[in-house]
Amino acid sequence: MGRYVVRRLLQFIPTVLGAIFLLHYLTSLGIQMTGNPARAIFGDRRPSEAQLQAMSESLGLGDKCLERVGDPCIGLYFDRLSDIFLRFDLGMNFTRRPVTDIIADGLSYTVKIVIIAIIFEILVGITAGVLAGLRSGNFVDYLVKISTVLVISVPVFVLGFLVRDMFLVNVGNSVRSSGNFPDWFAYGLMSPVYKPDYPWASLIIPGLVLGSISLATTARLTRTSILENVRADYVRTGRAKGLSEKRVIGVHTLRNSLIPVVTYLGIDFGALMGGAVVTEGIFGVPGIGREIFRAIAQQQPSVVVGITTALVLVFLVVNLLVDILYAVLDPRIRYD
Amino acid sequence: MTDPSSMTTGATGTTAPDAGAGADDAVAASGSGKPSSLWGDARKRLVRSPVFMLSLLYLLVVTSMAVAPKLWTRQDPFDCSISLSRQPPTDGHPFGYNLLGCDYYAHAIYGARPSLSIALVATAAVVLIGGTIGLLSGFFGGWLDAILSRITDIFLSLPFLLGALVVLAMVSARNIWTVALALIVLGWTTIARIMRGSVIEARNLDYVQAARALGATNGRIMFRHILPNTIAPVLVYATIMLGSFVAAEATLTYLGVGLQPPAASWGVMINMHQVYFDTDPWLLFFPVGLLVGTVLSFILAGDALRDALDPKLQ
Repeated sequence: MGRYVVRRLLQFIPTVLGAIFLLHYLTSLGIQMTGNPARAIFGDRRPSEAQLQAMSESLGLGDKCLERVGDPCIGLYFDRLSDIFLRFDLGMNFTRRPVTDIIADGLSYTVKIVIIAIIFEILVGITAGVLAGLRSGNFVDYLVKISTVLVISVPVFVLGFLVRDMFLVNVGNSVRSSGNFPDWFAYGLMSPVYKPDYPWASLIIPGLVLGSISLATTARLTRTSILENVRADYVRTGRAKGLSEKRVIGVHTLRNSLIPVVTYLGIDFGALMGGAVVTEGIFGVPGIGREIFRAIAQQQPSVVVGITTALVLVFLVVNLLVDILYAVLDPRIRYD
Repeated sequence: MTDPSSMTTGATGTTAPDAGAGADDAVAASGSGKPSSLWGDARKRLVRSPVFMLSLLYLLVVTSMAVAPKLWTRQDPFDCSISLSRQPPTDGHPFGYNLLGCDYYAHAIYGARPSLSIALVATAAVVLIGGTIGLLSGFFGGWLDAILSRITDIFLSLPFLLGALVVLAMVSARNIWTVALALIVLGWTTIARIMRGSVIEARNLDYVQAARALGATNGRIMFRHILPNTIAPVLVYATIMLGSFVAAEATLTYLGVGLQPPAASWGVMINMHQVYFDTDPWLLFFPVGLLVGTVLSFILAGDALRDALDPKLQ
């Protein structure tokens, strides 16, 4: 297993460098094709050549290679690498606020909302998948199958504003006016927007909406995996030697069935971060996702790229950890 | 559901049969008296599946809206009068009027075209690019596979929605082509993975060895023998992907980096009217209904296709 971990760590380095290069190249290509984003700061005023030059320099957009379409700007790439890894600098927005500051401010909200989403996925998704897989073909199975397809086909932004406007506003208003409910419920949990007074309660519903993106896939994956494992020889052996049903299913089958689900949850982390842009925008949560949402609206591509770079790095580290955990969970994995 | 990779569950479960025939031979062989083939069996199962036929019917209706909107409405969607802004449904105008006082039913019909074109263009390109890369890296293996797999890994490290946001935040032109481009850049990896997996599985089967022994060239083996037997899981995933791209277009439009208002996609309709949900909910029900129906149909059709093509269930 030690060799596997070392190999996985060594593979991690070129992937990180490649991912940053990909982001860098997409950005450069965009600037080369659509023009210098520094012009946007001047609005409808026409800057003098020297002003534009100075502004571009200060934003790190002064390099001549950004004017040649298709040029990979290798020099800029290495500058960016040393900025990220040596100086922890992810660029700055048009008002010269470092992106790392923006991330630091929003981080705690996004972490909370993602944790709620993952807990929801694990509790509800895996339970539904196990129930459906153990009783394949009966009512529970069809119920899970139909509801998962329905949830998959509603885009998260539609689900988000339906929940906000129909449930949190309409039902929420009657809850709030009735006065029979505790404050944390009426003004926290049922609040259509994030309330700083209730830092966890008012994030629960946005977290559930976010978690619903991959809830269906978690459930279906668990179901397929359980179905495959229930027929395995080791399950039959377990039953034959008189183990209780609880132990056969709860320990042996479940442990083996959850391996692909754990891998999926790692990949899913990326979908959750993308989904956070939508849910945080809808529910007004001041997290990292909303900063991306806002940067797009204000046309500040440097912020979008800066935050995305940080999120991609987190995503890669999470997947590295999941892969190592995978080897711990399943001793059959050697990959030599 | 904004990330197509979140729907791969089971799509890779379809394995190619060890038949030595190409797809066209296989379909021909489904006639009477001959042994049944994968595609012949699949067709019989699909015709008997009500879920598949209903989804297909819905998709045919939506496609006809996209191809020939004039079949469905004689109204011009851009013949607007601001005095009719947000008028509720009446006789002759079953969906009412939108914010700008245009006939909403006509808008909903014409909205099918941009939504479906983006999904179709992106899926076709993704199948072509991902399929080729998967085929090459699975068939040749070795250093080519190592390089192509690393490149796939790098693209996979960009989460779908975040990557598409970066691509679109960078280009100032927002039309069908740029939105499709963003989906293609981020979407081809899963197809490449699926294709590579099933090619590696097929590569060492007897019929490939036989073709090689007969002196077939690499190109012939790839296109006449391996491709027809490995394309099934890719087609299943592509069907599901069409649905997820329709949803992705709407999501990107909602975030403000997709199509812009003079274009009339369902995403634009939802985005334009979401603030009026409390007062005029019907402005949202129609585009959301059409959108969800389309995504649902593609997913159900893909599911049915997978069940029909899975030899393990037969």
